[in-house]
Amino acid sequence: MKSTALNAGPASAAAEPMQDSRQGGIRKTSRINRFMVSPSVIVLALWMVVPLSMTIYFSLIRYNLLYPGDNEFVGLENFQFFVTDFGFMAGMSNTLLLVGSVLLITVVLGVLISLLVNQAFWGRGIVRILLISPFFIMPTVNALIWKNLLLHPVSGVFAAIWKFFGATPIDWFSEFPLFSIIMIVSWQWLPFAILLLMTALQSLDQEQQEAARLDGAGPCALFFHLTLPHLARPIAVVVMIETIFLLSIFAEIFTTTGGGPGYETTNLAYLIYSQALLQFDVGLASAGGLIAVVLANIAAFFLVRLIGKSLTEKQ
Amino acid sequence: MANLTIKNLKKSFEATEILKGIDLEIKDNEFVVFVGPSGCGKSTLLRSIAGLEEVTSGHILLDHKEITDLAPAKRNLAMVFQSYALYPHMSVRKNMSFALELAKEKKDVINQKVAEAARILELEPLLDRKPKELSGGQRQRVAIGRAIVRQPKVFLFDEPLSNLDAALRVQMRLELARLHHDLNATMIYVTHDQVEAMTLADKVVVLRHGQIEQVGTPLELYRNPANRFVAGFLGMPKMSFLPGTVTALDASSVTVELTFGGSVTLPAAGEHLRRGSEVTVGVRPENIDLVDASEASLTGFMDIAENLGSDTYCYVKTDGQETLTVRMPGNFTCNYGDRIGLQLHADECHLFDEHGNAIQKPTQMAA
Repeated sequence: MKSTALNAGPASAAAEPMQDSRQGGIRKTSRINRFMVSPSVIVLALWMVVPLSMTIYFSLIRYNLLYPGDNEFVGLENFQFFVTDFGFMAGMSNTLLLVGSVLLITVVLGVLISLLVNQAFWGRGIVRILLISPFFIMPTVNALIWKNLLLHPVSGVFAAIWKFFGATPIDWFSEFPLFSIIMIVSWQWLPFAILLLMTALQSLDQEQQEAARLDGAGPCALFFHLTLPHLARPIAVVVMIETIFLLSIFAEIFTTTGGGPGYETTNLAYLIYSQALLQFDVGLASAGGLIAVVLANIAAFFLVRLIGKSLTEKQ
Repeated sequence: MANLTIKNLKKSFEATEILKGIDLEIKDNEFVVFVGPSGCGKSTLLRSIAGLEEVTSGHILLDHKEITDLAPAKRNLAMVFQSYALYPHMSVRKNMSFALELAKEKKDVINQKVAEAARILELEPLLDRKPKELSGGQRQRVAIGRAIVRQPKVFLFDEPLSNLDAALRVQMRLELARLHHDLNATMIYVTHDQVEAMTLADKVVVLRHGQIEQVGTPLELYRNPANRFVAGFLGMPKMSFLPGTVTALDASSVTVELTFGGSVTLPAAGEHLRRGSEVTVGVRPENIDLVDASEASLTGFMDIAENLGSDTYCYVKTDGQETLTVRMPGNFTCNYGDRIGLQLHADECHLFDEHGNAIQKPTQMAA
């Protein structure tokens, strides 16, 4: 705070005498500036406004691809149908469960693994690259690897392990469908958490840790009093960014369970997809899309209030 | 009571030997300063005492109890780091109470000890601030406060003033001296600044290449350096050295013919010197007088004169291209390139043999 006050003093003093002579020039350049950036602003605005208004329009009319031409205004009927649909509650709770569990797994495991690879050991460079690599695999491929190579009840690696110990292999996608999705998505997003937390750990002050050791702090006290507070910011970043992406998980579900069995792995994104392109009800899907936008904004609002504070705070 | 004994301490990082056998005795309430050029192993020695470095061999004893392999926390030592190493997300109060809380002290005992430390260091108005809201000097005081509350047997300081600006450094140096007096504690202090070493220490330990060069009070080291390295390291500006050859010697004095003009007869017990031995004469800036060129056998050209107001330091180049530093009064004036005569105070000169070891003065031998 003190520094900004100090900086503002001489800067504003220096700017004042110039203002009279320069004002005309500044107004001119700002007009030119606005003119120069306008194409991109206009394109971006259209890019957002056109789909949004089309979606709002579709959500207010009957618009089923199976009944072309039958497009009369129905008010909020689409919204009412979507919210009262059995799939909506299932989709909501699945979305929250999926986002929550993946966040928990990636943050907890991310912290522990990055602590582990922060120690010096032989081949650390290779281990780090291997840890990051799942992030480079596209979601569809990731899901297929898990579906066919790992979780498959007959030919999967897990089944082989189960059989080796004499147990009956589990058919993961029919017995624990949502858990399987959570596993796949966590595997995909864990590297992201590790990457951020690992780099953050490298900036942890060595002398602070030594001071704490002299003060009598054991490994646990060191972790809770020094490491974790130091990681608060990167953890906040991980939670924010992952939430944004995890709310719209689609490819993993589409390639493995197709939302099933029943609605057990259907999240909001998948529900909207199935309304629009499986049941051909564009109106209903548009209403669902708008509800999802509102929900995402509510989530973003709370996240920014909870976490944004620790991000903007000067460290 | 806190007597620290170090016996034949060795430390190597892979092939490089950092400490090559350190023997040292530190008595209760002593302020000991480790001083030496960078890379001499002084910080490593301090960190070994703290337990932050594992030693390769040797023993560290605190009050006759072996602490060589003890965990840092169990040694009853407190350390102040160069970067202060304050816990950034804790308030000043929490920073100071952290060690006591970990030791499961009673609440009121903790509060009382923190209040006491804050009073000594004048930190009371800052107790609820975070480290980032403090200035460099205040952070330094918090770091010292964190050490005080633990009431350790020995305080360790690792170049604690080197991150402060010059004015603050002088002030903190005085505060540290006062603190040592008030707490009556044993302190070990690492620095590369010989002014800090001279002013703070009861005992100075000069290190080079992982070995102790000399141990003694600041004045002992200043007046009777054991070798050329110690002589050159302590003193500001540095001692000047002139090469020469022994031309005559008896039981209490040696006459040296300087290579580049003049000769001095200085009191020294040079038993192992012979006529013709190569020696070096060391002379401090305050022990040279500038005279007219015609009056002295050793002459040179005036190079640069630095006027500090109270003193003028003149750098004089002899014909052998050695630079001699001479302290003159503040009102002394001269011109660049002047031919000038140098008169050495023979009684105050130091004599070093060809290995750089000091040749003691005869009075020193008698005592």
